[in-house]
Amino acid sequence: MLEITPLHYSLLSAALFMIGVIGVLVRRNVIIIFMSIELILNAVNINLVALSDQLQDLAGQVFVVFVIAVAAAEAAVGLGIIIAFYRNKETVNIDEIQIMRW
Amino acid sequence: MAEALLFYTLAALILGLGVMVVSARSAVHSVLFLVVNFLLVAVLYVTLNAEFVAVIQVLVYAGGIVVLYLFVVMLVNLKKAPERFSDPRRLARSGLLLGGVVLALIVVVVSSSLRAGMASEGTLSGFGTPFTSGNTEQLGWVLYTSYLIPFELASMLLLVAMIGAIVLAKRHLGD
Repeated sequence: MLEITPLHYSLLSAALFMIGVIGVLVRRNVIIIFMSIELILNAVNINLVALSDQLQDLAGQVFVVFVIAVAAAEAAVGLGIIIAFYRNKETVNIDEIQIMRW
Repeated sequence: MAEALLFYTLAALILGLGVMVVSARSAVHSVLFLVVNFLLVAVLYVTLNAEFVAVIQVLVYAGGIVVLYLFVVMLVNLKKAPERFSDPRRLARSGLLLGGVVLALIVVVVSSSLRAGMASEGTLSGFGTPFTSGNTEQLGWVLYTSYLIPFELASMLLLVAMIGAIVLAKRHLGD
């Protein structure tokens, strides 16, 4: 209990991942859904860093750097889409975003 | 013992703030909880000997991405002002609470450093230890040798994403 093993970090990561997934599933504001995706990416990063420390292998931290780069790209493009959509439809409710449905 | 205490405190705060991010009614509050969450994850990285990743976490996530989110939240929904949180009694109470926490932290840090100073009997232990190569140097070495091509691809991805974001957010092309 008092010794912190990689299992503890994995459990923390899994819990944070689940919180993010629940956020993606239950929230209707598309910005909060994006933030939940950031939480999910952070959960994955915690796992990678903890295992990198455990295995004494820097590959995990290199992957974290790549994940952060991809998260930045995703945030920029996703928020650009939100801005463009809000300009046309005046809403960020994901239930009302259905213009591509036929 | 101290390590376990630190881990459990950080884990509880990270999970609690994650729940707050998901459950906050206003998107602005959600973003602010997200900043604190990212900073605490950076502290967790420091405890895992990943200093470079912690710094990147603070700079890119807490500094860049979250500010982007804040901008978009401000641009998109500015309809409901949070009157509920402008209660001065509530502000005073949270101010007192935060002040107490900061005071306790200062007491803990000062007393532990005094104890460490007494234990080392005036020698500068911990300051004079030469570290041959830090985490950043090792990570840079791996990144520029084994992972050179993925690294360049990531930079191309960022360039394409930047152009894409500008094109998407621009009102009309050609204006």
